[in-house]
Amino acid sequence: MSAVLAIIRRDLLLAVRRKSEVFTALFFFIIVVSLFPLGIGPEAALLRQIAPGILWVAALLATMLGLARLFAPDHADGTLEQMVLASAPLGLLVAGKIAAHWLTTGLPLVLLAPVLGLQFGLEADALGVLVVALLLGTPLLSLIGAIGAALTLGLRGGGLLLSLLVLPLYVPTLIFGAGAVEAHISGMGAGGHLSLLAALLALAVFFAPWAATAALRIALE
Amino acid sequence: MLSVNGLSCARGERTLFSGLSFSLGEREWLHIQGQNGAGKTTLMRALVGLSPPIAGDITWRGEAAPSPDFFRDLIYLGHHAAVKEELTPLENLRFSAALDGIELSERDALAALIRLGLRGREDLPVRVLSAGQKRRVLLSRLLVRPARLWVLDEPFTALDVKAVAQLSELIVAHVTQGGMAILTSHQTIPLANGKTLQVGA
Repeated sequence: MSAVLAIIRRDLLLAVRRKSEVFTALFFFIIVVSLFPLGIGPEAALLRQIAPGILWVAALLATMLGLARLFAPDHADGTLEQMVLASAPLGLLVAGKIAAHWLTTGLPLVLLAPVLGLQFGLEADALGVLVVALLLGTPLLSLIGAIGAALTLGLRGGGLLLSLLVLPLYVPTLIFGAGAVEAHISGMGAGGHLSLLAALLALAVFFAPWAATAALRIALE
Repeated sequence: MLSVNGLSCARGERTLFSGLSFSLGEREWLHIQGQNGAGKTTLMRALVGLSPPIAGDITWRGEAAPSPDFFRDLIYLGHHAAVKEELTPLENLRFSAALDGIELSERDALAALIRLGLRGREDLPVRVLSAGQKRRVLLSRLLVRPARLWVLDEPFTALDVKAVAQLSELIVAHVTQGGMAILTSHQTIPLANGKTLQVGA
């Protein structure tokens, strides 16, 4: 267990030392979301209707930005080899890396989303649902993304392949995540969508680190 | 006890060596020799379980390797620096110890770095260190973690004369205390009790 905490601590420390990577994803999210009201115009009803979708698509793309570098630096400098040979199971270490990725990319998006949602005129309770949906959905994005990142590790042009692999897998998260807010606004209640997101998350927490680990072992051979 | 039986390795489509057998006991060390491209690194990666061989088996103390027990007894230092450029030598060393479940105190980590001639460099990011100094950060792992088997791929690369002598002393001390070491090097190594193995000859 201490090895997992150590790897989370190390990745957070690395994120602090390479601030630009974290901020690139954040600014991308802020700018993409802010461009839509400017481009579409100040029609309040329309903006409120498209807000959940836009916030979710932007969060999804912002998560994608850093994915290619989830395992690549460790692979390039040989740290990944040492992780394979460590006495702690590789699956746990991979889970630690995914957790650190969520803490540096997913969590800031969750915290920023309500502020950006205000631009679209979302009500306070709709913003609440948005935050809960993102809180359940962004870890899912990191978990699924890690499988793609591990599969494309060390490939030339891996970045493009990574988007082709991962974006289709993000579709259920997008549908249930954006759907939760829309359902809440239309008065149907977000419970169903949120439960499905939570179920997907539970499934991914169990299987994604395992799948990513298997892919990493293949990449290292 | 490490024993290797009928090991064959390939790189891509090309078979590098086949039917390689040897064994290594306590207080013994093995010098793997061979030309560039003969398969020394591939052999080492196969030994530690990073890339499975196409045939043959490896046993460690009577059990099939790689196993969790084997990893606990093993230190492998490869071609890569395996240190994070943004972190300091101290942070790098303590992190690699934590990966093996060792809670290394700052004092012990510092003592190891100073022994390898990194006094005054322990708080600088590794990025600003020279190639030889980076290598020393990696080698400092040998001092902080007890392991029976050292597998070192070209450990003398980029080291100056003094550091080469120091590393040789470390290996001698390790082997005389009952450890085992496997190394590749193009240099002759002034150690006793050594076996040599020619790869791709």
